[in-house]
Amino acid sequence: MNEFLIAIHRDLKSKDASPSPEQMQAAIKPFQDWIGSIAAQNKLVAPPKRWDLDGRVVTKNSTVTNGPYAEIKESIGGLFLIRAENYEEAVEIAKGCPILEWGASVEVRMALG
Amino acid sequence: MLLPNLFRTEYRNIVGVLCYLFGIEHVEIAEDIVSDTFLAATEHWSLHGVPDNPTGWLYTVAKNKTRNYLKRNALFEKKLAPEIRYTSEISEEIEIDLSGKNISDSQLAMIFAVCNPAISTESQVSLALSLLCGFGVQEIADAFLTNKTVVYKRLNRAKEKLKEARIRIEQPTLSEINNRLDPVLTTLYLLFSEGYYSESQDTVLRKDLCAEAMRLASLLLGNEATNKPAVNALLSMMCFHASRFDARVGDNGEMVLYEDQDEARWDQELISLGKDFLIKASTGEEVSRYHLEAGIAFWHTQKEDTSEKWERILQLYNNLLILEYSPVAALNRTFAVSKARGKEQAIAEAEKLGLTGSHFYYSLLGHLYTGLDNEKALAHFQKALEMAVSTSDQQVIEKNIEKLFL
Repeated sequence: MNEFLIAIHRDLKSKDASPSPEQMQAAIKPFQDWIGSIAAQNKLVAPPKRWDLDGRVVTKNSTVTNGPYAEIKESIGGLFLIRAENYEEAVEIAKGCPILEWGASVEVRMALG
Repeated sequence: MLLPNLFRTEYRNIVGVLCYLFGIEHVEIAEDIVSDTFLAATEHWSLHGVPDNPTGWLYTVAKNKTRNYLKRNALFEKKLAPEIRYTSEISEEIEIDLSGKNISDSQLAMIFAVCNPAISTESQVSLALSLLCGFGVQEIADAFLTNKTVVYKRLNRAKEKLKEARIRIEQPTLSEINNRLDPVLTTLYLLFSEGYYSESQDTVLRKDLCAEAMRLASLLLGNEATNKPAVNALLSMMCFHASRFDARVGDNGEMVLYEDQDEARWDQELISLGKDFLIKASTGEEVSRYHLEAGIAFWHTQKEDTSEKWERILQLYNNLLILEYSPVAALNRTFAVSKARGKEQAIAEAEKLGLTGSHFYYSLLGHLYTGLDNEKALAHFQKALEMAVSTSDQQVIEKNIEKLFL
């Protein structure tokens, strides 16, 4: 078994941010079901947390801007760790992410060592 | 009060007080003194009748026997002297405090000593039954469907381990409580489960086990330091489950499945107690597994299958699994998926579980296929039947197979 990072990226605050806050609200139950399903397979290593929508972005010369939104179109919306045999299985799990439908993307990365 | 009950209660009370006084190193001496006391009581009472105040009689005799023991055994006294915390110097008149206050203090201290990760959880449950509940070795053997020799060995090993680990019998300090409470609650949870799900056909004994777990949890609630939300949640869960104790046993001692139970036989008083404890549990930030399990148990006290009921149960199982994986929770979650989202989705979820080593897994698949594809359902039930070991499990599966042909 390998550990994989599952990072959900989404456009948090651009003019037509998607998913919208309403869509996110509607996604709560399917999202919980998705995580619950991973956990029921004993493949959840570290559960997702809820992140605020504030954020800071630090760039060269210690420039700090409020919110990740101006610089980075797709911010991190969710982050957790799973266990899977290989990329194929991890990707299969990632495909279950209900927020994909509303324009989010899911990054899958295998931990080394 | 019936003598066996009196002996059981006073066994744990006096042993607790003596251990609190002597320390775990001398637990056998405490047990011997109490056994001697009961022997004397049985002899004396059979000749002269039971005294008006049997408890007082037992306490007086236990005190005398302890004092005599201390006087007689100089070596013991020497070894014990530095360890006695309640008397500044050992004198002829050592104080053996069997007041209600000291009994409950020593019970609490004993809970924390016995429910210690230094010994395996199974041994903790056995030792709890012996020292905290006053159960005899035969009763413990019956509860675990084993024999007295095994229980003797297990108890002795557990006591030796506690001595080696130099476990102190004392009130946990406020700062320790949070860390030390977890293993205590786990043991009480297991003690309750042992009674509730035991293979033993002895319903009275099983009920006693559940009642003891509930008594010990109440004892924790009676103390300000241990009256924590998680403890309230645990007791709430126990009340909800225990409310179905009578309804789940049929006339011939067989298991009655949840959906076949007569809800008129559910104990409403326990259900309402469970609600009270659940409300008390709903303070603070922490959501323990006991909160989630109490929530699940609460929804099971609502017989009617509303969509809200199964939606809530599913979400609670999601959270429970996110907190801590267990195969039982994974199977139950899948059942909740079938109720909340339909059988097709549940079958897809079930197939991901891969719990092919458990007959419960095949029973679940059998359930899910029932009505959709009865041939497949039958095949799964038959697989489950092959794997099930206990007769009660086999009976349940056979009942489900019968239902297929109705």
